[in-house]
Amino acid sequence: MSPRPGFVLDVDSSTPPTLFWRGERFSLEKLPEGSRVIYAPEPLEPLKDPVAAIRHALTHPVGDQKPLPDLLFPGMKLTIAFDDISLPLPPMERPDIRQMVIEQVLDMAATAGVDDVELIVALALHRRMTEPELRHAIGDRVYDAFAPNGLLTQHDAEDPDALTHLGLTDQGEDVEINKRAAESDLLVYVNINLVAMDGGHKSVATGLASYKSLLHHHNPATMVASKSFMDQHRSELHSANWRMGRLIKESGVNIFQIETTLNNDTFPEAFSFLQKREWEWKARDRVNYLASAAALNRTPPRVARGIFHNIKAPHRMTSVQAGEVEAVHKITTENVWAQQGVEVEGQTDILTMGLPYISPYNVNSILNPILVACLGLGYFFNLYRGKPLVREGGVLIMTHPTTPDFNPVHHPSYIDFFEQVLTETTDPVVMSEQFEEAFATDPWYRHLYRTGHAYHGVHPFYMWYWCAHALNHLGAVIIVGGDAKTVHRLGFRSATTLTDALEMARDVVGPSPSLTHIHTPPILMADVK
Amino acid sequence: MSPTKGTANSLRSRRAVREESALGFGDGPGPLERFSPRRLTTWVGRQRFPLAAPTWPGTVVRPAPKHTLGVDYDTAWSRRYPVRLARAVVLDNITRPLARVVASPEIRGEDALVGLEAPVIFAANHASHLDTPLLLSCLPNRFRHRTIVAAAADYFFDRRWKAIAWSFFLAAIPIERAKVNRRSAAVAAELLEDEWNLVIFPEGGRSPDGWAQPFRGGAAYLAVRTGRPVVPVHLANTRHILPKGRTALRPTHTTVTFGQPLWPGEGEDSRKFSLRIEAAVAVLANEETTDWWTARKAAADGTTPSLQGPDVATWRRSWALEPHPGDRVETTGPNEDGLKPDSRRPTWPKRPS
Repeated sequence: MSPRPGFVLDVDSSTPPTLFWRGERFSLEKLPEGSRVIYAPEPLEPLKDPVAAIRHALTHPVGDQKPLPDLLFPGMKLTIAFDDISLPLPPMERPDIRQMVIEQVLDMAATAGVDDVELIVALALHRRMTEPELRHAIGDRVYDAFAPNGLLTQHDAEDPDALTHLGLTDQGEDVEINKRAAESDLLVYVNINLVAMDGGHKSVATGLASYKSLLHHHNPATMVASKSFMDQHRSELHSANWRMGRLIKESGVNIFQIETTLNNDTFPEAFSFLQKREWEWKARDRVNYLASAAALNRTPPRVARGIFHNIKAPHRMTSVQAGEVEAVHKITTENVWAQQGVEVEGQTDILTMGLPYISPYNVNSILNPILVACLGLGYFFNLYRGKPLVREGGVLIMTHPTTPDFNPVHHPSYIDFFEQVLTETTDPVVMSEQFEEAFATDPWYRHLYRTGHAYHGVHPFYMWYWCAHALNHLGAVIIVGGDAKTVHRLGFRSATTLTDALEMARDVVGPSPSLTHIHTPPILMADVK
Repeated sequence: MSPTKGTANSLRSRRAVREESALGFGDGPGPLERFSPRRLTTWVGRQRFPLAAPTWPGTVVRPAPKHTLGVDYDTAWSRRYPVRLARAVVLDNITRPLARVVASPEIRGEDALVGLEAPVIFAANHASHLDTPLLLSCLPNRFRHRTIVAAAADYFFDRRWKAIAWSFFLAAIPIERAKVNRRSAAVAAELLEDEWNLVIFPEGGRSPDGWAQPFRGGAAYLAVRTGRPVVPVHLANTRHILPKGRTALRPTHTTVTFGQPLWPGEGEDSRKFSLRIEAAVAVLANEETTDWWTARKAAADGTTPSLQGPDVATWRRSWALEPHPGDRVETTGPNEDGLKPDSRRPTWPKRPS
């Protein structure tokens, strides 16, 4: 039976309670009659033989690009860059797509007699990956062949010796990317496209860029003008990246882009109830829910976090395409929409969402309060095309404990951002003007980013900027079950129960509001008409 | 103030109830009763989702339930080797002796099966529930343990226990009899190609009045589709044993007559072939009441009596049937309606004095 498309449920009196994530926990909440719940499409059928599909893509490129074997020759300089730990979510079961693709690329390079090969993790301002994370992403075979010889490196956006300035775009934006990548005869980029925002020119223009280059599009003005950044054609973030990407191409950097898409099979069998429609839960799903909910309620957050971050998603590859960046990305975006798109009729007064334990920036880490805001307002709010799911002046209700917990290794600057910046302002424009530079140039944060496993000092600002469009658009944000003091620090309202939150929301949007709940993960993209 | 008599009594009775309850004798549920299946069922029934099954939103169309019974019942398990072995043991040691006792079959025309290569389709008339075990028990060994039976999906496969029982005892497969069903036809054809013989009753069900019903095209269709022969079989007198509407066994003598195998002719469609099969069974029926030579001559002349009996009023059709051998009979007068010349009718049973 072919997978069912996405679905918008109209809640009535016989609709069972709806699942809401609450970080490392979840609950079932009864939504008012007349509400809507948006469910993601069911996982698409994966490719039967992914390795054959990869080889076919490499030898049959799309757009103005030659087959990969024709681009490889002895004595050339080949660089393979790939997406970092932020993709996919949750990390997928072995073998990771990056491993499968890179092994095929290396096979072809070996056949062509290419000696000078380097691998680069395209992490922009994200934290450096650990050895186990790298081994998981690219496989032991590749890791052992390259890492011990220093041929597997992690991009450093703060190393002046490892960066090349390629010029300015027609709008005066600096284009500065990884030197090795820029000077290679061929740059192969291996991407995983989890959401429509990923991939395209953003892969190189952001993933291998310097802070100097990134600040041209990672700023409040760009984010507010990206409606949404999941919709490439209405996203200023993408426009800036496309300008930069074209300049990179004009500078003579030969990019062979390999993009892949995944199905949304997000949770293994024991947690599969999390991605099912509640009224279709079988006895086993109910037992799993009851057992896991009861156990997690009695488990310390640290332990629960450990359990969830050990989950590996049974994602499978649904497509792979290679060749010229823009031609490749056009196909990739269509395939992402085929998996995630759901047509939704009209906007809503109140949008509810349960926030899970994971975002792109806290894999094997803590979803701290800034990342909570970013996940809800930056990511889930922006999962739309056309119009936002919630009307202008509407209310966003999220469920999450939102405790002031931070991972000091991964997110050191977030702690200071929370204590020093958010106590002063929650306005992205104000904070960018008053505080960003100090954090971005702080030598301690820079040191931790370059040598440890810390996100760049400016990263919490970027996370807050991602919320800028939502903050501009919404009348109020309410977090249910969140630590009240922390929620107020974020500039949001706190409620104990969903019922209380709905009462509070009525004060903003009127006495008989419409309500829509976005049932994610799995990730879905609302095509709002 | 001293307590009134009534108060004292009520206090006493309350204490007694408490004590009895503690011992498990009182009106309240005792420890055993508290965890009785009935109380547990009631408790579970009162629970809500997720303890209880979820309710279905009224705004969502329910998908059609998955059918696992009737024509959709999967009988593959009944053809696995251990099950076949167990069935062979039951068929040879229980079913066959029982059929011999109840039906005392006389087997004729067995030589028609000599040298005939399996798989074949056995097409017989159908008047009794005993027809299938009787026919199976009369088949030569080389056919008997590799034969499946086409059984009405709506009757033999409507309950799980029935589906299991008939699949096991008779190697039955469900066949839709009310309409043509691709799935059941495909399963039967697949099994024939897998060298399983098939017993099928082309009438689609037991005779309602003792006379045969028109043959349907199933047997012919399968023969045409698979290119396998049909062996016509006539079962005589089985209508006395377990006919429609009767549940008690009534032992009698029966005759099982095998005819010469019929092959579908080149370009012959299943409708024409089905008429040929019906005619062949009618000849065997005639042979049972006359003799082989007379039946052959009648067949050649086209005067073989129809299996379906005379086209007259119901009571007269019944009147024209052969009585049970044990019934008292009187010879009727001359035949005016073309009924069998030796038709006899039973006398009315005498009232007990």
